[in-house]
Amino acid sequence: MENKFVNSWQMEAGKEKDVILSSRIRLARNLKKYKFPNKSNDLEKNKLIDMLRSKLDFLNDSGFEFYLMSDLDEVEREVLHEEHLISRGHTESTTTKALFLNNTNHLSIMINEEDHLRLQILKAGFEFSKIWEVIDQLDNQLDKKLEYAFSDKWGYLTSCPTNVGTAMRASVMCHLPALVLSGRIDNILGAVGKFGLTVRGVAGEGSSSEAELFQISNQITLGFNEKEIMEKLESVIQQIITEERKSREYLLRNNYIKLKDNVARSFGILKYAYQLEEAEALKYLSRIKFGQDTNLIKENIDQDLFSKLLFKIKDAHLKYNFGNNLNQEKLNIKRAEVIRNILNEE
Amino acid sequence: MLCDRCGENEASVHLTRIINGQKEEIHLCEDCARKSSKLNSDDNNLSFQSLLSGILNHNFSNQDSSFFSNKNSEKVICPNCGLSYQEFTQSGLFGCGECFKVFDKKLDDLFKRIHGNTRHSGKYPLSFKQKIEAESEINQLKIDMQTAVENEDFERAAKIRDEIHAIKDDMEEEQNGK
Repeated sequence: MENKFVNSWQMEAGKEKDVILSSRIRLARNLKKYKFPNKSNDLEKNKLIDMLRSKLDFLNDSGFEFYLMSDLDEVEREVLHEEHLISRGHTESTTTKALFLNNTNHLSIMINEEDHLRLQILKAGFEFSKIWEVIDQLDNQLDKKLEYAFSDKWGYLTSCPTNVGTAMRASVMCHLPALVLSGRIDNILGAVGKFGLTVRGVAGEGSSSEAELFQISNQITLGFNEKEIMEKLESVIQQIITEERKSREYLLRNNYIKLKDNVARSFGILKYAYQLEEAEALKYLSRIKFGQDTNLIKENIDQDLFSKLLFKIKDAHLKYNFGNNLNQEKLNIKRAEVIRNILNEE
Repeated sequence: MLCDRCGENEASVHLTRIINGQKEEIHLCEDCARKSSKLNSDDNNLSFQSLLSGILNHNFSNQDSSFFSNKNSEKVICPNCGLSYQEFTQSGLFGCGECFKVFDKKLDDLFKRIHGNTRHSGKYPLSFKQKIEAESEINQLKIDMQTAVENEDFERAAKIRDEIHAIKDDMEEEQNGK
């Protein structure tokens, strides 16, 4: 699949990959003197885009492509969103929004989202110190060309008071099937809140998640430096990894046949189904990943199947690859076919 | 699990209500949840903003500055972007970097409530770092110049004065270059 918008992070295996799918850091930056996007009119926003495009032209030499969001069609924008490269908000009101994207280095810069600039890095595995170095460096490069809105009291100034200070949001996407199955998830996620972190379900509604995927991020941005914020997040995540692994062992010891049955059924459905809804496919793929990580599956399946298919089987990705005009029924058929082909070629 | 209301679709919105210790759970599909007046699932952002407005409009108990006792404080308006404090309490969003200076006195309380802290301790922009360094260098040079004047070493004082000007020019150039 050739896709210029696919961030290659999910193709790579990362540290602690049985639990952690990806790590992400996002920095919000605004420019001094310019009104924030929520107070700017379309003309002002477009002037800002032009200004940034010319001042940041060096980005073109370091692997970035520039896009006006309005130059992308709806499916392309959705693909970027499904890849977690841009926010939901950035797919809307596109005439005043732009994007710098560097796929090889997993970097994106959203222009005129809630803040003038939103820098983001997203990488497989549990790798905060490495990705921080990269995004810190990018931030310094931009800093040389631009005058950031900054106060010595409150740090980087942002539209929303919840981002003020470091304006940094660090997060991990983790796969916690055993904590969900054993019912321990609510306790553990509740405890996470006490450390100034927030959790939300990914690929699901509200706090639940079909694929047993959760995103955990720092809530507090003021009063701690970037390293402290990442260290706190890392130490809590490390605990969660340990608890998830403990639960996996416990479940395997006590419910072996039940789990094996569940995993094997999921495998069977994906291998032979001709129609799959997105949530359904994610649910079974999640079980297969669980089966692989706990050696319940003996079949020879690509170890990174879940990460590879996680986005590829989503609606916009299917439309991007197989035709914009696919209706829901045809999408479900296509989704089943993509999965079936991969599982049957092994 | 099927929706409690229509009984047809899979329930994806789960509400828990606790009234006087009585726990009640409601499971709805997205359609019914949207129709239900109890929860508008497109309202996620709005409820966050209204929560924030609640914090912003909270009557701070230790109001010691004239800014707070002034009943017109709601009418404070940022000259750069035109955002009034009242608008800010409704939208929960600042309009520009200048707003922070204009609403200065209210913000420590707000940040304390949101972050539990009121002072930044993270990264600084490079220009800010350079500015601080340049300013401290200028202050030192001014002291040196004063000493030179007191010692009637006017030639040296003039030299130091030129150095100060050079640093200031550099700073300005740096600013204008951006």
